[in-house]
Amino acid sequence: MAGLGSFAGGAAKIASRSAGAQQEAVGDEIPRHPQRMGAIGRVSTESFDPSLFLRTWNFSDRPEVERRQFYRETPRPDGTMLREYELFSIDREIEIAPGVFFPAWTYNGQVPGPTLRATEGDRVKVNFLNQGSHPHTIHFHGWHPPSMDGSLPEHEVRPGERFVYEFDAEPFGVHLYHCHAAPLKRHIHKGLYGMFIVDPKDVGGVPAREPADELVMVMNAFDTNFDAENEVYAVNTVAHHHMHEPIRVKVGQLIRIYLVNLTEFDPINSLHLHATFFDVARTGTRLEPTETTDTLMLCQGERAVIETTFRYSGQFMFHAHQSEFAELGWMGLFLAEEERRDT
Amino acid sequence: MTPETSNSVGRLWLIALAPLALLGVLLVVIVETWPSDVIGADAHPSVEKLSLAAAKLRPNEISLTVLNDGPDPVTIAQVQVDEAYWAFTSDAGTMLNHLQSARLTIPYPWVEGEKHVVRVVTSTGVTFDYEIAVAVETPRPNVRYFVAFTLIGTYVGVIPVALGLLWFPLVGRLGRAGLAFLLSLTVGLLLFLLVDAGQEGLEMALVVPESYQGVMLFVFGTVGAYLGLESLGRWLRMKRQAAAADVATSGWALALLIAIGIGLHNFGEGLAIGAAFALGEAGLGTLLIVGFTLHNTTEGLAIVAPLAHDRARVGELVRLGVIGGAPTIAGAWLGGLVYSPLWSVLFLGIGAGAIAQVVVQIVRQIVPEGPVLRFMSTAPVLSGLSAGFAIMYATGMLVG
Repeated sequence: MAGLGSFAGGAAKIASRSAGAQQEAVGDEIPRHPQRMGAIGRVSTESFDPSLFLRTWNFSDRPEVERRQFYRETPRPDGTMLREYELFSIDREIEIAPGVFFPAWTYNGQVPGPTLRATEGDRVKVNFLNQGSHPHTIHFHGWHPPSMDGSLPEHEVRPGERFVYEFDAEPFGVHLYHCHAAPLKRHIHKGLYGMFIVDPKDVGGVPAREPADELVMVMNAFDTNFDAENEVYAVNTVAHHHMHEPIRVKVGQLIRIYLVNLTEFDPINSLHLHATFFDVARTGTRLEPTETTDTLMLCQGERAVIETTFRYSGQFMFHAHQSEFAELGWMGLFLAEEERRDT
Repeated sequence: MTPETSNSVGRLWLIALAPLALLGVLLVVIVETWPSDVIGADAHPSVEKLSLAAAKLRPNEISLTVLNDGPDPVTIAQVQVDEAYWAFTSDAGTMLNHLQSARLTIPYPWVEGEKHVVRVVTSTGVTFDYEIAVAVETPRPNVRYFVAFTLIGTYVGVIPVALGLLWFPLVGRLGRAGLAFLLSLTVGLLLFLLVDAGQEGLEMALVVPESYQGVMLFVFGTVGAYLGLESLGRWLRMKRQAAAADVATSGWALALLIAIGIGLHNFGEGLAIGAAFALGEAGLGTLLIVGFTLHNTTEGLAIVAPLAHDRARVGELVRLGVIGGAPTIAGAWLGGLVYSPLWSVLFLGIGAGAIAQVVVQIVRQIVPEGPVLRFMSTAPVLSGLSAGFAIMYATGMLVG
């Protein structure tokens, strides 16, 4: 981890360059720092902003009119909700590291796909349209009948065709969805995955989980030269994004991270948070934490709900504790700030 | 000039140039109306090919040259060192067209004596690797460096050749069979060098970016040098005959040709040695020099062998020694200071051609008339050839 101190200095210099300018010359600047780790330049956040993705679910980032095209909720007599989603798969080139473009297969044009969030017992209805060039499916982790599993050859939705996935949101926890068309490995590493959060039911009108600043983190990676090894690692796709744009949080406030590992090719991935410990509820299917640690390892498809509270203000690094992944993009910063007294 | 002849000259030009003009029209038509839709070129991803070379290491800094060796433009997006993204600067932008090159500078804390891999990631995610097998600081061209290369060139080229020349008095006392043996020995030595240069040149040709067609360059150097020396030899003989010099001087003409051939070869050898030192690959430096020294002493012998019937002329001998040996120094300078595999290939090719020509010259000298093969199979010649090859093989083992 040597040389990380100089990262911020380098980042500040780089920030003055225009973001995402692919053709732009890197320039002749002589680096003053003896070493500067990290990708250079910035990824355009025009079509996908990882900072925005962190706190977005059920298309909450869209203006109301546009949001209704993709997400509708209808209360049901028993107090639960019918949640309807419009998802489509589409081939799209995405920028995963500054100037590095990946020919992705996406849900709704983004990687990771939109985060879906329901409450335990809700009815989930996903209208899926395949606009891609290959057959795709959506395979949800959760309770559902086999016909809704999106995994067998007969479940594949061919290009131009539709399918409606319908099931009850169970059990509560943090889950995932991904394409299960064959060959599975390629359909996943090309970008067809997303997070599916199921909140526990309120207990007597009180939320089962304490209110918190909630963050969605999908650990993923990209094999840009198709040699079955990843060249770029990240949390939420863009390499080193949060080194330039730290995740802003408040000192003393409960932070809840929904974390899932969707890295292909490598057997495991991990999260390490500096100078802080956190409670872990594996798969989020229990309200009580199962362990308290500062480093959590997950295999592909594994996930956890993580809770912590920052004690001090300042920058806190977080990254995979596989140093290789960290230096290939899976590294970022939290910026904890004191709550302003006057508000 | 009559109107008629000027007319026919004009017609000749027309006949000569018309196909070229039509070719030009065809090129314009292709470029303007390239039916890419039909052929589907747009649908195919562009072909990206980068060639990484000439890594230089300074404290906390790695720099190397990137050449676009493919047909399509390539944009360098990121650089990794040992699987970590790292900052870099480029002296010529990051978008490279066909055969355009840029020098990338990476502020990286490399570790002496260890391996590092620099990986260039293009905008489409294609990767190109360059391995620094053993990280050693690249020597900077300065006076000490210059002196060092001069010394190496002297040890490896000049002194051994000069030592070989000291056999001159011995050569004069040999009989016919002894001389045939000695000349055959020389041919054996040279054939070995020829194979060696061919192998080295072709190996190097594979390192050169494909667009520069290293093998063709090597063949061009070989054939060019052979034909060049052939015509030089003819010119020298004609000059001597015109001057009505005594028959004995023909030995000197051949010795000069051999010296030139060996000099060209040694220039290529100097390039290789200089480059090896510059790239930090000369871990076996001293042994390498000892090997080359032993190896090259035989070259001096090759030069004096044709002088059996000549009077000793010290000035002439020194001149031959300089022609044969000194190019090693120049080669070491060039290889060490401005290393380029491209030049190495060309000069190894020229060296190979020169040696081939010298072999032919000597064979002509051994076999004044009659069938070559029958004479070649006589005992002195056969044993000479074998001995020459064996000496080179043994001393070559020292070079590795």
